[in-house]
This record gives sequence, structure tokens and C-alpha cells, in this order.
Amino acid sequence: MQRINQPTMPIAPARVRAYTLTTALGQGCNHHIQALTDMRPGLRASTMNEAPVPAWVGIVDALDDTHLPADLAEFDCRNNRLAELTLTGDDFIAKVLAARDAWGPTRIGLFLGTSTSGIRHTEQCYRRHFEQGTPGLGDDLRFDSTHAYVSLADYCRRRLGLRGPACVISTACSSGAKTFAAAHRALTAGLCDAAMVGGVDTLCLTTIMGFHALGLLSPQPCTPWGQGRAGISVGEGAAFALLELTGAGEDLALLGYGESTDAYHITSPHPDGIGAELAMRSALASAGLTAGEIDYINLHGTGTPANDLSEDRAVTAVFGAAPIASATKGWTGHTLGASGAVEAVLSLLCLQHGLLPGTLNTTTLDPALSVRPIRRSRRQPIMRALSNSFGFAGNNCALVFGRI
Amino acid sequence: MRVALREVGIVGPGLTDWTSARAVLRGERPYVTAPIQARPLLGLPANEARRATLATRLALDAARQATTDTDRARLSSVFASSDGDMSLIDSLCRDIFQHCFPPSPTVFQNSVHNAVAGYWSIAEGCRQPSTSLAAGDGSFAAGLLEAATQVICTAGPALLVAFDQPAPELLHPHRPFGCAFACALLLEPATPDTALVRLDLALRAADDGNTQTPMRNPELEAMRRRNPAARALPLLTAIAADQDAAIQLPYWPDLRLDVRLSRGA
Repeated sequence: MQRINQPTMPIAPARVRAYTLTTALGQGCNHHIQALTDMRPGLRASTMNEAPVPAWVGIVDALDDTHLPADLAEFDCRNNRLAELTLTGDDFIAKVLAARDAWGPTRIGLFLGTSTSGIRHTEQCYRRHFEQGTPGLGDDLRFDSTHAYVSLADYCRRRLGLRGPACVISTACSSGAKTFAAAHRALTAGLCDAAMVGGVDTLCLTTIMGFHALGLLSPQPCTPWGQGRAGISVGEGAAFALLELTGAGEDLALLGYGESTDAYHITSPHPDGIGAELAMRSALASAGLTAGEIDYINLHGTGTPANDLSEDRAVTAVFGAAPIASATKGWTGHTLGASGAVEAVLSLLCLQHGLLPGTLNTTTLDPALSVRPIRRSRRQPIMRALSNSFGFAGNNCALVFGRI
Repeated sequence: MRVALREVGIVGPGLTDWTSARAVLRGERPYVTAPIQARPLLGLPANEARRATLATRLALDAARQATTDTDRARLSSVFASSDGDMSLIDSLCRDIFQHCFPPSPTVFQNSVHNAVAGYWSIAEGCRQPSTSLAAGDGSFAAGLLEAATQVICTAGPALLVAFDQPAPELLHPHRPFGCAFACALLLEPATPDTALVRLDLALRAADDGNTQTPMRNPELEAMRRRNPAARALPLLTAIAADQDAAIQLPYWPDLRLDVRLSRGA
């Protein structure tokens, strides 16, 4: 097996000082714990008139009534509304502001992931232009503060009064996971003393119609690892965490990260999961752990035939055929650029609450796959979890979290 | 944070490759603007080459120039671009709202920000970590920081590629770029006895107003100001001059990236 460039091992654990998430299951950690415990789904049949394709979607209803602070109104778009709504959960803002005041605003890094940023807003401007014949896309497009990738980081940076290093990572469906790796590097290199990470992605037509055009959109709620699975269900979601290298006492922590590239195809994963395997092995090595020391795997588990097959081979190569694993996209939908962050935070919730989520919607596991994800959620204390995220263009990231 | 610079690549109007651009940036030859030329892609299978966009062609050209003398499959990579290929978003939106068709699968797959990095990885058979990022007009600085932290944390080489290109007609007024531009830097750990150019990077609060090193040549200054990837030009000029220098790169309005160049022993 090829050697991957990875950090000097093992890395120092990065303590997770705060975390929160918002998905179709609700705002904040409690709604997610409750939904996972009760096997309550978040997906519903799509009624988006503009996307007349059979699909199930994970929608955050509260976004229609979410408002940005008046002085940041120029940033108003669905994606930044989701960022705002998510920030206000679980006292997250207060914890970031406390870190800002302790370290100073220039010493807080900000690394956020998204795949489509505020493109939903641009779509509406195109629609108006072609339906109403208006000249151009309109001054209310506000490109830099809505459409641009940087808009997400710019919004959060201003909202929280941060003045440290910041960027948006956009590597399709691994974006949110890779922010943890980039933040760990920035902390290690001394560019900052604390780092806010995460991902935000919202429903947009180009994504729904694009996945439909590729034949990857399931007409039913997605069934990861299921027999006859038909593709993904798209969801909108966001998750944030605050990391620091310093501290004492018991904590949840980022223990390791691994990144790789398939070098195979722009949309199809490597059939043998070579890149995914490299990422998982690198994550374990950077954590100084063996495969046997991982108690739970949050699979990428999108529900497309090729993705799950590829991931199954990779997981089996690293962990054997019987690891405890599950896929949570049946609850939230595939939150794309946010999914790596959403599932990192779900993994933290599993560690915190001793809860192993099941694999919602999947009634019959694909007999061709070796890994047998757990189907019903159950209580079980765990010490370490690994979360997988794999994106278009063969971009892979695996994260290891645990208690220290 | 100190790293060493191994090789450089550049593609811009009138700047066809590093060897000729170096003479222009040193002032040994006049700058003469000319339409940007995308050289044929190397290394990509025919199917991928057919699907590759102009942004991909320019980025891979710059990347190849900066990696002539290295094992490319060993390189971690960072691809920095403020807005990627805006013509793809335009095409997707036109398909949906003008033509009322489902969008083209090829256009959709190319529209992810890291598609360019994906094509590069396929062309070079490179499975190393790859990060595609954006930070608006500070995207080059953000990419340089990320590539440098990768070099520091892995004690291995990292390739930085920066690219941006003008938007199509409808989007152009909202994000006006003057031209397409791509550049690449191959970075590696700075050993005490390195003969390579050393780059010392430091973040500075940009409250003093003097936040960006400009280009002396007005045409190159216009290029720098009107393309986020071309914000690299002052740094590339200092590299071409082969002299110690201090360059101020724009990052965020309140934060800049200072780069000090020094020649190794």
C-alpha cells in the first residue's frame, strides 16, 4: 500500500470545546439525540416545484423565518441563514466569544466547508432574469456576500468578531471533514490558539437537478447499505465545532485525521476503495491507534450502489468484516459539503451520550456487502469513533474522535 | 513559518511560462500583453481531457511547470481559487431556467470546486491529500498558508496551485475579473543548509493601511488587482529577481500575509 503524506505521528489531540449542528432533525444537539433514539426520520418527499424530479429531501424549515443581524443584512441568503441558525444553538456563540476574549480575535482560526455556498440565491436571480426578462441578474445578487465561497467564512468571521486566519474549504462531500484537518494543522503550526471548524450547505436546484442528471438521486428515502439502494437523498445541514490544543482534564477530542485522493474518476469512487482505505489508515496512524481500538464507524454511506460498495471494500480491508458501524444519511439526507462536519458532530454526540445510531430506512442489507451496519439505534458507551467522508473528484477524509 | 521554494509555474496573458515570464518580471524584457494560451494537457486519459475546462487546463499547465523535476505522485496539493469556474454555474442555471432542461452531467461534475484538483490527481496518478479552498481576494494567501502548514506538519513537499478566470456575461458585472491567471509554487521543508529560496510567512494585522505590495508595471498591476490568483504577482516578481525581499499579500481586509524571501546558503 502506498504511503500517504501525513502529520508527524501521533498528533496532539485537539480538544473539542464546543459543538452544535442543525439538520432536518432540528436545531441543536438535543433534537438530534432524541431523533436518533426514537428512530424519527428527517426526510420528506420533495415538493420543490422548480425541481420536478422524484426525490426525498432533508429541509430545515426554520430558515424561512431566520434573520441575520441588521448590520450583516447584505449576507442574507439561505446558506448564511443556516449558518446563523446553527450558530445560535447549544450556546455555541458564547463559547466562541469566550475563546476570542481569552486568546484575542486574531488568534482564532476559522475553517469552514461548503460545496455550493449561496448559489441558491444566484439561481433565483437567473430565474427572475429568464422568466421576467429583467436586465442582468440584478443588484440584489450581492455576489461577494452570497454566492462566493468566501461568503460563509466572511459572514461567520464578522458575526463573531474574529480576525484570525480563515478560509472556506470546498472539496465536495469531504469539505466539512477537512476543516478539522486544516484547523489542526493551523493550530500545530502556531497560526492560531483556537479554531472554529464546520460546514454549511443548503438545498439548491443545481445540486438536486445535477444529481438527478447523473442518475444518483433516489426516488425513495435513501437506504445506505440496502439491497436495491437507488442513490442519495439530499439534505441541508450545518455543524460547527471549536478546537484547542491546550487544556487539561477529561474531554472529547479530535485524535486523528487522514486525507487522500482516489486519482481515479471525477464522480465515481475507486471501485476497490483504495483512496478511502488510505484515508482511514492515515487517520488511525495519526491518532496512534490500531483498527481494533475504534469502537464505532460513522460510514459515509450515501446510498448509491457504487459509493457503498467502494466504502464497504475499504472498511473491510482496514477493519475486517465485523466493525460496529452505521450510516446516518437516512436521517438527515446527504448534507454534501456539510456532511463531514455534521457526521463529525454526530460522532461526538455518540461519544458523549453512549448512543450508537442505527441506519434508518434500510430494511434489508445488501448481501453483497461485508460490513453489517447496525439498523436500530442503541445505548452503548464508546471511547473512540471514526467518521468517513468521501467526495466527488475522489477527495477523501477520515476523522478519529475519542475521549481523553 | 519557514518553507523552501523548489519550482514555479505561471500562465497569464503575455506570461506563457515561468522561463519567459521570469525575464519579464525581472524587467529584462518588456511586458507585452497577448491572449492567454492553454497548452495541451499532459497525462490525462482522453475522456477526462475532453471534459477538462479552461480553468483546469491553465491550472494543470502551471502545476506541470512547477513540478518538472520531482515525483509528482508524492505531492500533497492545495488548489486555491476565489470563485472556480463561474461559466459552469452559468451553464447549469441556463439549462434549468432558460432551456428548461436537466443540466449536463459533465457540467455538474465539473462544477465542484475541487474538480480541477481531481483532474490533476488523475493526470499525475497522485493519491496524496488535496485541499481546494477559497478566500475571495485573499485566496492566494490562504492557499499559500495552507500549503506551508502542510509542509510544516508533514515534513514533506506540497504543491500550491492558484487560478481564477473571468465569469461569463451575466455574472461578470458581479465579479469582474480582468483576465485569466494561474500560478503554481512547489514548496518543501526548509533545511538549514538549503540552497533554495526560503519563504518566511507571518500574519499581520492590516490596520496600518499599507497592506499590499503593488506591481510597478501598470499593466501587471492591473492584472494583479483584477484577478485573485494574480495577487501572487509581487511574490513571483521577487522570486524572479532572486533577491531578498519583503512582500505584503492581501488576505482579509483586517489581516495580511507577509512573506520574507531570502536566498539559502
